[in-house]
Amino acid sequence: MNSLHKGPAAPGRPDVIKAVPVRHPGRWVGAAVILLLTAMLIHAIVTVPAFKWDLVGHYLFDDRILHGLVVTLELTALAMVMGVVGGILLAVMRLSPNPLLSGTAWVYIWVFRGTPVLVQLVFWNFLGVLWAKLSIGIPFGPAFWSEQTNVLIPTFVAALLGLGLNEAAYMAEIVRGGIQSVDEGQLEASQALGMNRFDAMRRIILPQAMRVIIPPTGNETISMLKTTSLVSVIALEELFRAGQNIYSRNFQSIPLLIVVSLWYLFLTSILTVGQYYIERHYARGSNRSLPPTPLQRLGGLFRGIKSAPAAKPANAGGHGGGGEGGGAA
Amino acid sequence: MTDLTKSPADTVPAGPMVKAEAVHKSYGLVEVLKGIDLEVKQGEVFCLVGPSGSGKSTFLRCINHLEKVNAGRLWVDGELVGYRQKGDKLYELRDREVAMKRRDIGMVFQRFNLFPHMTAIENVIEAPVQVKGESKGDARERAMALLERVGLADKAKNYPSQLSGGQQQRVAIARALAMKPKLMLFDEPTSALDPELVGDVLDVMRGLAEEGMTMIVVTHEMGFAREVGDALVFMDGGVVVESGNPREVLTNPQHERTRAFLSKVL
Ligand SMILES: Nc1ncnc2c1ncn2[C@@H]1O[C@H](COP(=O)(O)OP(=O)(O)OP(=O)(O)O)[C@@H](O)[C@H]1O
Ligand SMILES: [Mg+2]
Repeated sequence: MNSLHKGPAAPGRPDVIKAVPVRHPGRWVGAAVILLLTAMLIHAIVTVPAFKWDLVGHYLFDDRILHGLVVTLELTALAMVMGVVGGILLAVMRLSPNPLLSGTAWVYIWVFRGTPVLVQLVFWNFLGVLWAKLSIGIPFGPAFWSEQTNVLIPTFVAALLGLGLNEAAYMAEIVRGGIQSVDEGQLEASQALGMNRFDAMRRIILPQAMRVIIPPTGNETISMLKTTSLVSVIALEELFRAGQNIYSRNFQSIPLLIVVSLWYLFLTSILTVGQYYIERHYARGSNRSLPPTPLQRLGGLFRGIKSAPAAKPANAGGHGGGGEGGGAA
Repeated sequence: MTDLTKSPADTVPAGPMVKAEAVHKSYGLVEVLKGIDLEVKQGEVFCLVGPSGSGKSTFLRCINHLEKVNAGRLWVDGELVGYRQKGDKLYELRDREVAMKRRDIGMVFQRFNLFPHMTAIENVIEAPVQVKGESKGDARERAMALLERVGLADKAKNYPSQLSGGQQQRVAIARALAMKPKLMLFDEPTSALDPELVGDVLDVMRGLAEEGMTMIVVTHEMGFAREVGDALVFMDGGVVVESGNPREVLTNPQHERTRAFLSKVL
């Protein structure tokens, strides 16, 4: 029998390779240097009295800080919802064959991307100064209903408008890139089946564009979480402003800035993990088998297997591939 | 036996399924179709052959109005494509009306164009549910029968990326059939496939032809054209050069250009 045709169970099977792995002395030196620098930094931070770690602990769960935290989360979530919904709308408008729609979207994006979000925030807040009343009625004619602008647009709404409308302009460009990344044949196939543009967008194009849209949207969300600190200029008490308010009275600015930073860091870390799982969900169909999650990988590590075998994609919401997909590894 | 496609016998066997009169199409200054005249009868397998760039795909795409005709007239099942005629004036159809007419025309693409984020069966039920408003249960049942018929019942839950090219193309055929079309357009359905996968797809198409489906097939598979085709048209440079019974045209071409082309592909 030819040795090439021997199955794995054949008696003359060659030994498993046991070679000495390539050594990386440079990595060990590098690791030692970084470790030393980290130790020095931690030592400096912990021993410098200005940091006042006891105060950090004391204010970390202070009611005002926690309230600010909630406002920050609300602002982030709502502004991103506005941004994503508005962005999809604007992107679809921009790609529309109707010149009125695409022109409107173009102007919107031009204005909102072309001016600083800080300026927009202050602008929305000052709307009450520009027009004391907002009313609904016949244009240039009598009004049926009107209300004080400052009542209609409290600070929170002004902040939301500033952040959300600005975000929509950025998301529009991200969504447009996503839509354009989808193969033209997909729209053709949808149309050939009798779908109208709207259904084709909703059911076929956008779900595929998601794979391209999601990663930058995750970045936008993380960035938004931090950008909300800008609304402190219009005196809305979100996380940063809450910290500022406290240290403006007790002058413990460094500990409070650390408190605030720790919370931002904690929240962005959670968002990063969430982003990973959402990206994984939208990757279905594009890979023969989904990559293992970090948890699965960790499990593999503890079982002593370096690269966990590409697990059955069973945890992707029941969308597991059939017989062929699983055994790819 | 279940009849999965609408039998053409149900409809009055009146006029031709497709009729083209002096169809012209240009992209900018380039004229791609320079006056196509042809007739596809009900239940016929109509083969369209010709060199690359001769306008075969363009003509096919005009039939379901993926492309607008610049001049001439095109009818499907007696109805003008893309326009409504009142007196001697033409009115463009609205997008919704165009979409409505496309429901009855199935199209199969060279590169399959399956929806990659949906499993095979989801691909098949998508249009019946979204476009025709069929219930999911009914659509699923019929989709299973269609997948069975193209020999892929066991792959229903696979994503397109988990299927071979030949399997993907058969799912694409099932997807088109799920709309119960009266006409099927095939644009080089086998030219992106490895040679050993071509047979499965052609078998499915042969089965369809036997059931009396009207089919327009752009193909380089001359064996298929000779065996299954009822009519054949040879196109070159945007015009019909020669047409007739496939067995006659393929064995005894009358035109020099046809002869030159056939000598290359046969
Ligand atoms: N959207 C377009 N814009 C400009 N020119 C186009 C467009 N689509 C097709 N063409 C041109 O029209 C001509 C005919 O194209 P068509 O795709 O119909 O050819 P074909 O006969 O299907 O060729 P093949 O066998 O390669 O598929 C080609 O010269 C092509 O370059
Ligand atoms: Mg073509």
